[in-house]
Amino acid sequence: MRVPSGTVVAAAVAIAGESRFRRSVSGEARGPLCGMGTCMECRVTIDGRPHCRSCQTLCAQGMIVQTNE
Amino acid sequence: MNDSKFDVVIVGAGPAGIAAACSAAECGRSVVLIDETPWPGGQIWRGRQTSSRPKVATQWIDRLHNSGATVLDQTTVIGSAGPGLLLAESKGRPCRVRWDKLIVATGARELFLPFPGWTLPGVTGAGGLLNLVKNGWPVAGKRVVIAGSGPLLLAAADGLLKHGAIIVEVAEQTSWSCVARFGVGLCRRPGKFFQAVNLKFTMRNVPCTYESWPVRADGSEKLQHVTLTNGQRTWHHDCDFLACAFGLVPNIELALCLGCEIKNGFVDVDARQQTGVKDIYCAGEVTGIAGADGALVEGQIAGYCAAGADHRAEALAGKRRSWHRFGSDLAKAFALRPELRVLAEDQTIVCRCEDVALGCLKTFSNWREAKLHSRCGMGPCQGRVCGPAVKEIFGWELESVRPPISPARVASLIAED
Amino acid sequence: MGHLVVMDDSEAQFALTSYSVSLWRQLAPELPSNVEYDPCGTLWLAVDEEEMQEVRRKQAYYSSRNVPVEVLHGEAVKQAEPNLKPGMAGGLLVPGDAVLYPPCAAGFLLRKARASGAELMLGKSVKRCLPEGGVELDDGSKLTAGFSLNATGPWSPCLSPNLPVRKRKGHLVITDRYPGFVRHQIVELGYLKSAHGASKDSVAFNIQPRKNGQMLVGSSRQYGADSNQVDPPILNRMLKRALEYLPGLADLASIRVWTGHRAATPDKLPIIGPSLQSDRIWLATGHEGLGITTSLATGKLVADMLLGRPTAIPAGPYAAARSSPCESTHN
Repeated sequence: MRVPSGTVVAAAVAIAGESRFRRSVSGEARGPLCGMGTCMECRVTIDGRPHCRSCQTLCAQGMIVQTNE
Repeated sequence: MNDSKFDVVIVGAGPAGIAAACSAAECGRSVVLIDETPWPGGQIWRGRQTSSRPKVATQWIDRLHNSGATVLDQTTVIGSAGPGLLLAESKGRPCRVRWDKLIVATGARELFLPFPGWTLPGVTGAGGLLNLVKNGWPVAGKRVVIAGSGPLLLAAADGLLKHGAIIVEVAEQTSWSCVARFGVGLCRRPGKFFQAVNLKFTMRNVPCTYESWPVRADGSEKLQHVTLTNGQRTWHHDCDFLACAFGLVPNIELALCLGCEIKNGFVDVDARQQTGVKDIYCAGEVTGIAGADGALVEGQIAGYCAAGADHRAEALAGKRRSWHRFGSDLAKAFALRPELRVLAEDQTIVCRCEDVALGCLKTFSNWREAKLHSRCGMGPCQGRVCGPAVKEIFGWELESVRPPISPARVASLIAED
Repeated sequence: MGHLVVMDDSEAQFALTSYSVSLWRQLAPELPSNVEYDPCGTLWLAVDEEEMQEVRRKQAYYSSRNVPVEVLHGEAVKQAEPNLKPGMAGGLLVPGDAVLYPPCAAGFLLRKARASGAELMLGKSVKRCLPEGGVELDDGSKLTAGFSLNATGPWSPCLSPNLPVRKRKGHLVITDRYPGFVRHQIVELGYLKSAHGASKDSVAFNIQPRKNGQMLVGSSRQYGADSNQVDPPILNRMLKRALEYLPGLADLASIRVWTGHRAATPDKLPIIGPSLQSDRIWLATGHEGLGITTSLATGKLVADMLLGRPTAIPAGPYAAARSSPCESTHN
């Protein structure tokens, strides 16, 4: 997908229509809470690296993002 | 950028940090301003395009770029590797920064109070949602309920309206008379008063209620429905977002790690913004919640004093006192009502990292016991969300803090010598 | 922390650890899920031929004592643990070892004790153990009893002066969740050399998986470092050592660094039984890095001895009155 430069990965996930970023330890769907990198709920796998805070990461050319559903 | 040395190192590029960097650099010191994000401005001055930012923000950020200060972005401070040495992770790589004077301007984060359904995707912080939106999150045509307390509710509503959101309701938990008294008090601060009047005008078609708060959020896999109450009756809204603003919690972790004294939950500083630790200063929300204006004044004072130009800081003493008064007016007007501390039910999750529910936490008598036996606070957020919540609910105090003060790659923990 | 391991440092250590690990195995079905008992086994790692000889010695030792083990060579080790640095000479797999979460295990044992009639008093400090039995509390009051048991670990010399127990500090780094990154508790054979080392600060690699995918990376040993603060130089050494075995660890997120103190004795065996002060003051301390492992056996020994019952293993090697240090099976 294409997004304007300066878009964070979390926003790209939302633009793609997904509201579930990760599953909690008991299986609940979770999405961003704090929007500022402290709650750790927005974490997704970026280019194969897990636990990346998507609200603090800018989208880059060719980036591959996986939600940890 | 490894093992570089600066006269003045500033952690946090919000208003306080930016003001400190400008002040110290303009006095001729070598300055570095460190921030986790790719953007200067902190939480309150977020904005991809300058049009999203208030004019004062653009002015200060331009001044920063012209000041000669180095900006080290996407850099997270992990801890102290010894006197005068900060351990950090910069764009994923280990990084060390040496300092003569250190200014901690790590700001504040939102306080989250648990209630049934608060873990559903779509329940966010008010400032948090606004920042996500400023960074590209689509909200046009989406229904948003804003609840909590304080000026941030209106600021969030205003910002979200500009991005096309439908604000279904703004629910302020304090009384109309408290807000009105606070508003009248703003007459002493013309800038803030006009800000408030403007906001009220923008919000003229937005339903606002007082002495009301959320009691539950519902939905399947995401938020669909919010229930609010005023203590006597309840009402419901279908919505896509519930943006909550219950208050702010200072990010004292770095200061604590460095051995600074904490008083009433904030970093204790003197009139020169100095902490009890030699050569370490602190400025902005982390010393007391007073908004961007107070942060700017404290940042300048810290920057001048760290640069040895104390006389320039003296001129700001009056403003400092004034913004401190504003901060106490704010705290008094928007103090949280007791009902908010008991919204969670036994099965409501309190620690979101480890899914620990309130019922489990009730069996413990202090934070340490709760951490050890339930793992509450032992997840990647390092207690930043659940810690303040259990403090409100149980009165438990946070303990000391150890590095890494933010999750960091194992390689970044190794401070070569 | 949390490793249930059969050790072969000496006959006495083997006897105590194997007895205790089998007690844990018997208890496992009763343990609630928050104790996170996981029979993942231990993989002792050998980097070269010299360490492989040690693997073969251990294999003979354990096998002759009915502890099932399996020797793995080169490629087999990589298959058992794909994230290990290539080129390991081999290792020894001990499938009967396990890991668990000690604070909740302690909670479980405490609930059992209370269900049997034990009384719990929290928030009270013992000032001294009384030679006639019982204790004196810090508020001056006394609790009378037939016996008192000092099980205060690194602080046991505070209640039993002249006890040869010293604090030995350790560090642990706790990672975020990476399920499957390691499958067993992995220990480098150099661990034994480090645990042997008398006074120098030392590090030795070991890593423990938790059921939730987090990993505990250790280990370090320091004498005379009494504070709870993280010591950056030894943390650096410990992590660098770990990266020599699991280079992929460098990239993983760590969320906490923890320090703790072990209770160490000169001959590396705990002190279990009556003290030299009085036969009404008993001791259960000095377990060094094997506290949780040997906790069940220690409890059984104390109970059996107190009640005059025969013990499952000889208790002599752990007596406070032992005069000469135990012979180690290593140099």
